[in-house]
Amino acid sequence: MDKFRMIFQFFQSNQESFMNGICGIMALASTQMYSAFDFNCPCLPHYNLAYGLGILLVPPFILFLLGFVLNNNISMLAEEWRRPQGRRGKDPSVLRYMFCSMAQRAMIAPAVWVSVTLLDGKCITCAFCTSVPVQTLGNASHPHLSQGEVQRVLARIPCKDIYNGQQLIANEVAVRYLRCISQALGWCFVLLMTTLAFLVRSLRPCFSQAAFLKSRYWSHYIDIERKLFDETCAEHARSFAKVCIQQFFEGMSTDLVAARCHLPRKAPADAREAAEKLLGITDQSTMNMALKSWHRCKPPLNLHPPALPTGNGWAGEGQPPTHPSAPRRETAAYYSWV
Amino acid sequence: MDRFRMMFQYFQSNSESVMNGICGLLALASVKMYTSFDFSCPCLPQYNVVYGLGTMFIPPVILFLCGLILNRQSLVMLEEWRRPAGHRKKDLAVIRHMCSSIMQRAMVAPVVWIVVTLLDGKCLICAFSGSVDPEKFVGFANVSTVQVQQLLAKVPCKDDELMRNNTSHKAVSRYLRCWSQALGWSILLILIIAAFLARWLRPCFNQATLLQARHWSNYIDIEQKIFEETCCEHSRLFAHKCILHFFESMQQEIKRHSFSLPKEGEEAEGEEDLLRGITNQDQVNKVLKTWYYEKPPLDVS
Repeated sequence: MDKFRMIFQFFQSNQESFMNGICGIMALASTQMYSAFDFNCPCLPHYNLAYGLGILLVPPFILFLLGFVLNNNISMLAEEWRRPQGRRGKDPSVLRYMFCSMAQRAMIAPAVWVSVTLLDGKCITCAFCTSVPVQTLGNASHPHLSQGEVQRVLARIPCKDIYNGQQLIANEVAVRYLRCISQALGWCFVLLMTTLAFLVRSLRPCFSQAAFLKSRYWSHYIDIERKLFDETCAEHARSFAKVCIQQFFEGMSTDLVAARCHLPRKAPADAREAAEKLLGITDQSTMNMALKSWHRCKPPLNLHPPALPTGNGWAGEGQPPTHPSAPRRETAAYYSWV
Repeated sequence: MDRFRMMFQYFQSNSESVMNGICGLLALASVKMYTSFDFSCPCLPQYNVVYGLGTMFIPPVILFLCGLILNRQSLVMLEEWRRPAGHRKKDLAVIRHMCSSIMQRAMVAPVVWIVVTLLDGKCLICAFSGSVDPEKFVGFANVSTVQVQQLLAKVPCKDDELMRNNTSHKAVSRYLRCWSQALGWSILLILIIAAFLARWLRPCFNQATLLQARHWSNYIDIEQKIFEETCCEHSRLFAHKCILHFFESMQQEIKRHSFSLPKEGEEAEGEEDLLRGITNQDQVNKVLKTWYYEKPPLDVS
């Protein structure tokens, strides 16, 4: 118990490092996805570009949407955005803060995919192999090859085993050239993203720090309030169910007593508690009838006021309430990870 | 109270070790990034220099910025720097101390990248193979000036057809790698001596000021964390009160509308408290609908 308390405290105190850890895991997952993906360039003139750019740009879009879908706070944002104003005003800066922090986290995995793809080089090699400058890198003195033929030959650059243009331009030279361009783009992309992230993070305290503190407090508040409301409703549902079932069994045993017309035997004091828990049902056929009645004809969702005590119900007979209504301080507190 | 004390001790002892841990992780990530990066020199005259030096210097900048972003203390320092003086005056020595400790930690990963790159040698071979003096190497000595640049640019690519037959490319590679590794070890030695001297000689200068600056920078960090934790605690209590008020007002409204007889006796009071007078499906639905359409105002006075 103590260990769990310390772990909760660690998460609470290091919320930022926890969220950073989650982002790191997502980045690793993105890398793993890329290495597990079997890239197969089609090596045909127009298909190459579509395939290469598709692999470069479509999975990041999917990962971005997935980042939003998997974030639990998206429903909270949607709820706050769409709720009617009522007696509580809406603050657009809170909505903006929530959206921005979710978007920032959702951007990590796509950015990692694009970086890894560019640094690896296969996609750009596949997409732009037909645009290699043959004049500078190879022998352009092949007049008998038409433009279309040249394009077809160049399109086979990524597929070394079917490449037949070694006289036109050496395969290794072209691949090295394209990979160099791809890696340069990759490093520039990573540098740009990191610089943007750094600027966003470091310029914020210089402007609007007070507004930021306000938005952050109220977005945490909305999250905590929602969780507390859910907990209160769950407690209410529990008590509702308890009283409903208790009234059902009372109703059943009242019917049984009326049907059988025999006086309940007074059990000795020490066995009375056990007898009370039996709720007046003491044989197989009665139990079967109770179960069948529960299935076929559940009681309405309407708790009538409690009946006068008959001595066989367990409602309020000196049992202390199991859930005091005072707030429980020793359970895990709710901490918002917006 | 006990909980707060445990947290104080945890923050005090672990704030620095968390930051050291992040710094170490970034250094390891830097080595891992280098080994998994597929270095392929373009072997073309102008592209080599750009590629080689770019691979040596751009990732350290990225790692440095990452080191600053991931370090929580950099935000704390910026906030302290930009805050209005108000009732508490600002101590520039504290800000300088925080800045220097952040910079030192952020510099570890870039230095690791540069040292690993130099000790491996590929980057320098790629960048400077076109700049060696061809007269020193037998295979390049008698080649025309135009061609020699092309040939030298292809030295890093061992499998190139021109290089397979030329034995001097190994000599050029070895030569450049030797320079690269010498540079790498020298930089490592200089940095370690500098770090050693800085740590050893620091107590000789301004030790008292240093102790003060360190204490107050630690204080600012802890104060920030405790403020955030207090805000969380406060918003939890605020939310709890708000929800209680909401249920009470709903209970009163239901009592007004339902004309039910007041319940007799004190039975099942524990459960009744939790039920808050909401005892049938319609009432529950009304509560939930009101919660959505008319959230209570943020006022628990």
